[in-house]
Amino acid sequence: AASTPKPLPSSGPKSLREMPHPLATSSSEEMGPALTPSPDLLLPRSIADKDLSLPNGTPVDTSSPASSSSLLNRLQLDDDLDVETRDLFVTVDDPKKHVCTMETYITYRVTTKTTRAEFDLPEYSVRRRYQDFDWLRNKLEESQPTHLIPPLPEKFVVKGVVDRFSEEFVETRRKALDKFLKRITDHPVLSFNEHFNVFLTAKDLNAYKKQGMALLSKVGESVKYVTGGYKLRSRPLEFAAIGDYLDTFSLKLGTIDRIAQRIIKEQLEYLVELREYGPVYSTWGGLEVELSEPLEGVSACIGNCCTALEELSEDMTEDFLPVLREYILYAESMKNVLKKRDQVQAEYEAKLEAVALKKEDRPKVPTDVEKCQDRVECFNADLKADMERWQNNKRQDFRQLLMGMADKNIQYYEKVCVT
Amino acid sequence: RAVESQSEGQCAPVESLWRRYSEFELLRNYLSVTYPHIVVPPLPEKRADFVWHKLSADNMDPDFVERRRIGLENFLLRVASHPVLCQDKIFYSFLTQEGGWKEMVNETGFQLKADSRLKALNATFRVKNPDKRFTELKHYSDELQSVISHLLRVRARVADRLYGVYKVHGNYGRVFSEWSAIEKEMGDGLQSAGHHMDVYAASIDDILEEEEHYAEQLKEYLFYAEALRAVCRKHELMQYDLEMAAQDLTSKKQQCEELATGTVRTFSLKGMTSKLFGQETPEQREAKIKVLEEQIQEGEEQLKSKNLEGRDFVKSAWADIERFKEQKNHDLKEALISYAVMQISMCKKGIQVWTNAKECFSKM
Repeated sequence: AASTPKPLPSSGPKSLREMPHPLATSSSEEMGPALTPSPDLLLPRSIADKDLSLPNGTPVDTSSPASSSSLLNRLQLDDDLDVETRDLFVTVDDPKKHVCTMETYITYRVTTKTTRAEFDLPEYSVRRRYQDFDWLRNKLEESQPTHLIPPLPEKFVVKGVVDRFSEEFVETRRKALDKFLKRITDHPVLSFNEHFNVFLTAKDLNAYKKQGMALLSKVGESVKYVTGGYKLRSRPLEFAAIGDYLDTFSLKLGTIDRIAQRIIKEQLEYLVELREYGPVYSTWGGLEVELSEPLEGVSACIGNCCTALEELSEDMTEDFLPVLREYILYAESMKNVLKKRDQVQAEYEAKLEAVALKKEDRPKVPTDVEKCQDRVECFNADLKADMERWQNNKRQDFRQLLMGMADKNIQYYEKVCVT
Repeated sequence: RAVESQSEGQCAPVESLWRRYSEFELLRNYLSVTYPHIVVPPLPEKRADFVWHKLSADNMDPDFVERRRIGLENFLLRVASHPVLCQDKIFYSFLTQEGGWKEMVNETGFQLKADSRLKALNATFRVKNPDKRFTELKHYSDELQSVISHLLRVRARVADRLYGVYKVHGNYGRVFSEWSAIEKEMGDGLQSAGHHMDVYAASIDDILEEEEHYAEQLKEYLFYAEALRAVCRKHELMQYDLEMAAQDLTSKKQQCEELATGTVRTFSLKGMTSKLFGQETPEQREAKIKVLEEQIQEGEEQLKSKNLEGRDFVKSAWADIERFKEQKNHDLKEALISYAVMQISMCKKGIQVWTNAKECFSKM
């Protein structure tokens, strides 16, 4: 008998449990009816099973999608990983400007520290530019179409409005790229992606890129979901709900973005007036004898307030707004995955119909498709739950940041007011 | 028509009566003329000035009327606490006598004393020996007026902008509420944080109202600067009159001498015509000399009294100016302190709100 995968401690989707482990001797088991899990379900995590050995050299996701899900079961990696159980650390830092004849661009240093077997060395340090990150993301989307790939900071910047080489811009981008890689690192499936590995390790990424172009028909990589042509009969309720949620969510974030920008604008106008206000007290102080000290004091205070306010606005622009925008991009890509899911379901339904007409006993193709659909649904639920938690934490983080900043501002006022 | 009800503060029977703004003006004019060496407390502004957008510029607006009422009350308190002015009878009857007060004031004939030249604000009088202290003081009062009005203008703009910043935060309240509707675990946190944003946005109204008080304090001294300047001007005029009188006296003495000795030192048309058309008779000359001598004597007496007047003026004016300086330093110091305290309290409120919001967020 095949070694059964560790049972899920919770009432997870039945079909996964019943799925044969790819490493075990295959015994064709009956496929249970596809169950659509509730997106509310938080699949529980337990510490990684230490005696699990991964298939040699072959990262999981280039084989059939079946293995991804069971691997997911097996690995059961906890999202809130303790440092001790984590075995992969990635950082993006040290931006450098490169001036060539054709163009000028920035590269970032990507440092990797790991104990994973997929990596030949325990440490790597490579230089990557935005293009490379973009390539990685595309590759991930291609090879892991059922997963939510984290967003990248925006590619295009309006020239003239934003200076691509200014310190603030580069730093904001660096932080976003760092977060991008960290999210992938934390993902139980994406972090094992072959392209990710190459991205982190290869000295010459361009050579690999060219190579990849030639091998388009690699199994798994070219699992293309037929776009268009299939009409979806009925979208399961929870996906409709997710879709609606994402729409409203993006809308609200967009509104918050606008409000925050408006506040920053108003603050800057306030700052302009304050900058005129302070010196008037100073002028007055020059007229007076006894009052000159307190008047100068007030003038100095106001000057300090200006500085504090400036810092607040800067922090908001650099830390708060980019995170908002990132989440909006995230929502966008999530919606795309939902569309793909719809396509898969539509295709499945159409095929099912076709098979029903043929009156076959065991429809093979639809099974695959069904498997796929299951996986999509599971991952969706999975990742949605993930996203919520991330969202909470991130929100808390940057709200605390906002609060902290407001505090800082206010405390400045306090310290600085003279009597 | 802003009216103010006053009550008799000092003596036992508590009375109150009604006065119009124009009557306050009359009182102040009377005091300014009667006590030219005193820095007379100013009245609040006639029309709303230095307003920021939320404040109405309408004279009938209840907030404006209230601020004016406080200003008028303040004026009376200032006068009442002035060592010299409080003893004035007209002031006393302003507080106590309802009917016939106007007539009483006019009967004093103070308007005759009022020098119409003072009304011409920009007229300059070339004074040969200006008193340095008064010149400096006038310069100071000009500068003070300029700087305070600049300050008030900018402060109004600052208030405007700050109002905008706070109010936009109210939008957060609304969107958080909407957002909380689609969230499960985050919903409550967002909702309550939104509430705090609303509180924050609303808090600016009280804050700015309080600040108006500070603005009023500054305004009082803006107008006080005008009063200070007026004293300097009066001195200037006095000095000018003195110099004119002295000059007049000197020229008369000269004329006298010329007539007596027959020498013409200075060119005069009369001298020329008399040369051309014949000399005067000795009797005529004698008569003239006599007239001149009388005038000279008068002039000398006048000059003496003017000098005395001048010295008295300078003495008492300077005493009041010193008093005023101390009052000003004390009041403004207090005003600045209370302004700082206001700012601190505003910041503390801000901290409170954001801390509360932070807590809500942490519970998400």
